[in-house]
Amino acid sequence: MERRTAVPFWRDVRVLTAVSQIVFVLILALAAAFFYSNLSTAMRQRGLVAGLGFLGRESAFEIGESLIPYKPSDTYGRAFTVGLLNTLLVSGIGIVLATILGVITGVARLSSNWLVNRLAAAYIEIIRNTPLLVQLVFIYFGVFVKLPPVRESIEFPGSIFASQRGVFLPRPVPTSTFSSWLIFVAVGVIAAIVIWIVLARHPRTRVVAFLPQLSGLAVLILIPLLGWFLVGAAPFDLERPIRERFNFSGGIGLSPEFSAALTGLVLYTAAFIAEVVRGGIQAVKRGQIEAARAVGLGEGQILQLVVFPQAMRVIVPPLTSQYLNLAKNSSLAIAIGYPDLFNVGATIANQTGQPVPVIMLIMGTYLAMSLFTSLVMNIYNRSVQILEK
Amino acid sequence: MTAAVDTIEPPSTSVGVLGWLRKNLFSTWYNALLTIVMLWLIYVVGTGLLNWAFTGARWEVISANLRLFMVGPYPPDQVWRVWLVVALVAALFGLSAGVFGGTIRTFANSLAAALATLAVLQFATGGVRELTTYMSSLPGQSPVQWLTTMPPGPWLVAGLVLVIGAYLLGRQRKTWRRWLIPLWLLAFVLTIVLLQGFAKNNWLPVVSTTRWGGLLLTFMLSVVAIVVSFPLGVLLALGRRSQLPAVKVFSVLYIELVRGVPLVTILYMTQIMLPLFLPGEVRVDNVLRAIAGMTLFTAAYMAENVRGGLQAIPTGQIEAAQAVGLNNALVTLFIVLPQALRMVIPAIVGLFIALFKDTTLVMIVGQLDLLGVGRSVLAQPEYLGLQTEVYVFVAALFFIFSYAMSFASYRLEAALGVGKR
Repeated sequence: MERRTAVPFWRDVRVLTAVSQIVFVLILALAAAFFYSNLSTAMRQRGLVAGLGFLGRESAFEIGESLIPYKPSDTYGRAFTVGLLNTLLVSGIGIVLATILGVITGVARLSSNWLVNRLAAAYIEIIRNTPLLVQLVFIYFGVFVKLPPVRESIEFPGSIFASQRGVFLPRPVPTSTFSSWLIFVAVGVIAAIVIWIVLARHPRTRVVAFLPQLSGLAVLILIPLLGWFLVGAAPFDLERPIRERFNFSGGIGLSPEFSAALTGLVLYTAAFIAEVVRGGIQAVKRGQIEAARAVGLGEGQILQLVVFPQAMRVIVPPLTSQYLNLAKNSSLAIAIGYPDLFNVGATIANQTGQPVPVIMLIMGTYLAMSLFTSLVMNIYNRSVQILEK
Repeated sequence: MTAAVDTIEPPSTSVGVLGWLRKNLFSTWYNALLTIVMLWLIYVVGTGLLNWAFTGARWEVISANLRLFMVGPYPPDQVWRVWLVVALVAALFGLSAGVFGGTIRTFANSLAAALATLAVLQFATGGVRELTTYMSSLPGQSPVQWLTTMPPGPWLVAGLVLVIGAYLLGRQRKTWRRWLIPLWLLAFVLTIVLLQGFAKNNWLPVVSTTRWGGLLLTFMLSVVAIVVSFPLGVLLALGRRSQLPAVKVFSVLYIELVRGVPLVTILYMTQIMLPLFLPGEVRVDNVLRAIAGMTLFTAAYMAENVRGGLQAIPTGQIEAAQAVGLNNALVTLFIVLPQALRMVIPAIVGLFIALFKDTTLVMIVGQLDLLGVGRSVLAQPEYLGLQTEVYVFVAALFFIFSYAMSFASYRLEAALGVGKR
């Protein structure tokens, strides 16, 4: 038997690996200890305390707008929740609107109409090459703040008013027939889903371009429409905003801060989504489309069965990061005074004089939001990817 | 051997201007409709915009505060240092353009064109008078004062001369190639020393970073952050791919934590917590805190970009290097990193553009960057209500620089043949 040459321990890979990791951890621990001792000294000197005990105390500050009832005598914890809900509101609506505008712009960017194509490109380039914060302050201070006072407010068709006080929309108010109409809506939704699934599974109907989607949609609209006539009276009234001397009453009021933050975030993110969509559609090889045409598929079928599934595969991962960016960018709304999570958090930090735990809380909340969005989008992403092996 | 062929001209509706219009604007009825709607839209928006820009807008808010927009509260009698930095960068750009050619030459061309345009504008709007007063004051002054009192016009001309001169020089000296990167790094250090100055001397008194502002601060923030975050990002990327679990876990945690939170929270954190983390006797001023925040943030994104490059290196390269007897450190240093970094240059330019735009966030923590200066100008009573003018100007400046850089990145991608080798 051959004698193995003994490896000296200082050249043994296992020893080296272990030692280098121990050294690395030691350095990290030393650095952490150094920072921690500085931190605790500084916090003691300045009378700062760790812990989240302040969340139960009275906040004593106003918040401009809130989804849940809130008054200054409520706790800091509730104020923080108000901020979080405002962030979720502007990001949620923003994501939906940005996706719609982004897809339209992305498709326009691929249009065979030269003018449409160039205009979409100009929009994308201008938005992508200027900072979001500049756009936000421009939209707020340059547009929304400069709107006319209530008395001279601009009226858009459909009782929509824009003035210094923000944007006012009509609000649907349920009437007595609303609950019976709701049954028709529920039936419509269920029927639409059933029809869509059945048609999408059946080998004959599934390949007809958009047939499952369109028939589902038709049922979804038709049954509630039928119900509208059957229940007799309209299930809800439109409560129109009424112009008064200094403000509007009734309807849905969107504050100038919210409107500006939403407009800015949507315009900015849509430009990036448009590029994602364009990239995704262009990533589908021409040969795929030509082959589909060669086997006799119609244009609609090509779009539904060949282009769309392959484009989605490319689009979903970068789209996820755009959604995450929108949610994170909503923190810039502090520059225009929208009371989002970061804005309220900064106010709490100032008022309590306890910045350290508040910053940790804010960062932790954003992190949780990011992780949750990635999780959801990863699950969706898995469903559109190719199943390999 | 040529047979006479009766060629029929294509119909006049499918060639020339008419053909182009037909093909690109009026191919179908809905395209025609779209075209008409778009033309109407362009007309309405365009005339409104032009009308505002040439008759409605009060641009004097920009011209009266131009120095503030460029350098912020930097002492006016020390602005010659900033001009010296501009001249230095112009010279280095010219030299690089001469030595490397290609994309950098396009860049140097646009730099020269920009300098020439600004010089003409400067001389057309009172620059000549400035120059004559300057010339008449020359005899009684020392050469150092000649430099420090020079008005903008001559500086712009000097920059232009330096770009062209250095370009011509660089074209003769292709062998200077290897010195250029060290030269740029030297220029980086020199710039900081020049802008910051030293204590206890008459020529370069200290100008603390709290007095840096405007476009100068925007540039310094983004350049310093990208330069410092580069080594950090490379280390984090290597750490993320490391086989040592401790290193890997640390890198992954750092990268994902930073990428999961908004930049403004990190800026806020460094603004408030950095002084708490450091020993009491160390004083860090606000601009340095902002730079620290930007750097920590960028490092995580840099790491992800570099990781992309590392993953694209074929395993064969590493195995071949190991086969010729290189150890792990040498393989990384001489085989993997040079190829990976070359591949991620366009991505780093993209990151720089994003960072350049993100520097506006320091306004939220109270810095006077380009946007912050705009805001403080608007707070002056005589410029109330001129938000549109100021923010359009700021946006236009950002647009010019970002667009130029994204164009360069696009050209670079083509020149480096990323994804095509």
